[in-house]
Amino acid sequence: MRWGELIRRLVLVPPTLFGVAVIVFVLLRVVPGDPIAMMIPPGASEADIGRLRALYGLDQPILQQFATWLGQVASGDFGRSISVRQRVLELLLARLPATIELALLATMIAVVLGVVAALAGILLRGRRAEWIVDGGIGMLLAIPDFLWALILLLLFGVLIPLLPISGRIDPEIDLNLRSNFYLIESVLAGRFDIAFALLHHMILPAVALALPFAALVARLLKASLAEAEDQDYAQIARARGYSRPNILLHEVFPNALIPTVALGGVQVTLLLGGTVLVERIFSYEGIGNMAIDAVINRDFPLIQGLVLTFAVLFIALNLVVDLVVTMLDPRLRYG
Amino acid sequence: MTATFTVEGLKVAIGAANVLRGVSLEVQPGEVRGLVGESGAGKSMLGRAVLGLLPANAAVTAGRIAFEGRDLLAMAEAERRRLLGRRIALIPQDPMTSLNPVKRIGAQIGNLLRHHLDLSKRTALARAAELLTEVAIREPERVLALYPHEISGGMRQRVLIAMAFACDPALVIADEPTTALDVTVQRQVLQLVERLRLRHGSAVLFVTHDLGVVAKICRSMTVLHAGRVLEEGETANVLTRPRHAYTRALLAATPRADRPAEALRPVPPALIEQLWSEAHRLDDVAAVDAA
Repeated sequence: MRWGELIRRLVLVPPTLFGVAVIVFVLLRVVPGDPIAMMIPPGASEADIGRLRALYGLDQPILQQFATWLGQVASGDFGRSISVRQRVLELLLARLPATIELALLATMIAVVLGVVAALAGILLRGRRAEWIVDGGIGMLLAIPDFLWALILLLLFGVLIPLLPISGRIDPEIDLNLRSNFYLIESVLAGRFDIAFALLHHMILPAVALALPFAALVARLLKASLAEAEDQDYAQIARARGYSRPNILLHEVFPNALIPTVALGGVQVTLLLGGTVLVERIFSYEGIGNMAIDAVINRDFPLIQGLVLTFAVLFIALNLVVDLVVTMLDPRLRYG
Repeated sequence: MTATFTVEGLKVAIGAANVLRGVSLEVQPGEVRGLVGESGAGKSMLGRAVLGLLPANAAVTAGRIAFEGRDLLAMAEAERRRLLGRRIALIPQDPMTSLNPVKRIGAQIGNLLRHHLDLSKRTALARAAELLTEVAIREPERVLALYPHEISGGMRQRVLIAMAFACDPALVIADEPTTALDVTVQRQVLQLVERLRLRHGSAVLFVTHDLGVVAKICRSMTVLHAGRVLEEGETANVLTRPRHAYTRALLAATPRADRPAEALRPVPPALIEQLWSEAHRLDDVAAVDAA
């Protein structure tokens, strides 16, 4: 990607986020459901309801509300959560690292599994055993992440209780960490006991998120490998006396990686979306879990903050994918 | 003297269809032999069979391919791989798709040299630069650092020719190396092949449908039609006194400046059989004449 292209993409970020903000803001207010109704005890007086409404600015016209909120957001203030009564920004900053770490771990697991499955499949290409790999990939792809979460929870949390089934870490462990990136910080600081305890909790939700994504990576990569192996340069490599594993690894794989990253990379957004239900199932304290509570409570400021956060993550991810593809494909450089 | 390359009664089938129906030919050390025929005659299939590049659904059903007296088809996979790329090399047809698009020219030539000649990385790169100089590429060091898409088609073909001759092969199979190039570049490529084969002492099997190319660089030629050898001999004899009607038709179809080319009509299968028996009669007649 050229610098001009990168700048163009960055310039487009604010209008994109503005669009997202408009849509979520308006949708929340036209869809039935009222945060005040969720807060008040039964039998509250009309006057009390009116006062609460005024307190959160919900008595004003939508345009006015939007202008006020946008002004606050522009100065870094996402408002105060109605249900949790804390600043939305603080809530997000506390919970987002947990989700990012979970998604990163899941992506790593998925890439390792996917690459191994794709290589196994391509080595067996044309043989009957290729069918087994394809079948396995299809099965993984057919079962959604939240169902994997329930299956894994039953298997390794209940039937064979090997792993904890809820939370991010045991509450009795004294973390004493500076950031909320517990796993990354504890690994960097060499505190592997904490890292291990964290991984113990993260492994089930991470695998649940990783399995369908691994299948996607495997299918994309295997198809790309097959296509690249049929190209002239790979055929000619055979005529130069290179062995097939050598050709697959050194000639075919670097080429097959390009479409796989380009198509599969943006699918990490699916995995991020999957964190909502999977975090819920494992009571993992990330933003996905928080999003469900926010929706149930019609917590307008928190939902708006969460949606913007997800939008930023998606945009950043797409940008990173494009940069990586540019790194992998010399034909896209300089230009 | 052992022939560099011998094919005896080679039959290749794709499913039920026979693409090569008993082809025999021989290439002597240092010889340049043209292998001509129209599309579908089986000339590329022959090259592919030698290099072990037959499509998955094709199989050799009979015959022998020998390189310096050793049967390539009977040989162990690992032993054949030691010959391919080193003693038997390929100049591919399409320079645009024959280089790996994500690897630098230097890495592609270097890897080949290191694979077969066990050179160090530095020596391999230095040798690669020499090879590029041999194929008349200026600033070889700069070109080594480029990717295939950064150089022209003619230059890519020269890189591929350099790679074919890199390990001093005894036999180079040139699979229509000029077809994808424009006419001016074609001539340069032919001159290069001629120069490099002399320097490296290689025999060349030049697969082409272009009789003009054959007339320029091949001392001998084999005419293939519908998977069979119709005619073979010294290029001068075959071109000036073609014995077979098909060869005459092929010659008449060659565009020339002084007359319009005749269309080479596709030959129906029944006629092919007739041509084939006629060819044998011709052979018989020749044998009688010789006696």
